[in-house]
Amino acid sequence: MGFPDRIERTVELAHPPAKVWTALTTAEGLAAWFGNEAAIDLRPGGSAWMKWNEGHTAKMRVERVEEPRVFGFTWHISGLPDDDPRRTYVEFTLEPADGGTRLTVVESGFAQLSDQAFHDAFDGNTKGWASELAELATYLDAA
Amino acid sequence: MPPDIEAIAEQVFVALADPTRRAILAALASGGPATATDLGGRLPVTRQAVAKHLALLAEAGLVTAEPGERRRVRYRLHSAPMQVAQQFLAALARDWDSPLGALKDHLDRGAREPAAAPLHGTQGHRPEGQTP
Repeated sequence: MGFPDRIERTVELAHPPAKVWTALTTAEGLAAWFGNEAAIDLRPGGSAWMKWNEGHTAKMRVERVEEPRVFGFTWHISGLPDDDPRRTYVEFTLEPADGGTRLTVVESGFAQLSDQAFHDAFDGNTKGWASELAELATYLDAA
Repeated sequence: MPPDIEAIAEQVFVALADPTRRAILAALASGGPATATDLGGRLPVTRQAVAKHLALLAEAGLVTAEPGERRRVRYRLHSAPMQVAQQFLAALARDWDSPLGALKDHLDRGAREPAAAPLHGTQGHRPEGQTP
């Protein structure tokens, strides 16, 4: 296997899907096990965020809300610039199992590469920081 | 996915595996564009050795040469391949096991103490890979 595009985990939880759903999709729930603080606008296209005491924040966009079965959101790929369009998709699937819940989480999109990113990665003449600085200098000189 | 995404990432990791090339990339990242002569003066290697490594890095698309007279050619870091390699690292650095363990603990705790208030702000887990 080469570049990992997809990460998948399944856990068995001894609690009904409704309860797991609350832990995954409410600010109180997310702040109790995932982040330290959280907010969520639970509808497709809604925004959500989690903050950690260390100072880090993750911004998410809610994509799928099918209570109490599927919850999906996208977030930024860590380490890429804030304006980079590449995002991974995280989907939680809840299935009833023996009075509890079988929870599967799939995060995918790590191996995506847009045509533009592909072009940038190969094109040695891409405009970069240096040329932007040169443009700024030209602009200031002209002023 | 494009077949060459792996090739792009591999070139970054190959470049980073060599201490001199790491030093050259680090110098360009921290100090901006520089000539082979500049870099030779800053690093404990000859100008010729720097030039050889710069040629390899340029071939791999990790640095770009700005137009100019041969000895005055300045090289600058080309970050796009690093961002592809970063995607690879992000996948390896993503930790789902710890937060899923924390979710299980959170639910079990709630089951034992149904009346307890949520332990707001004390049980958070920071996913190591998700840094700004």
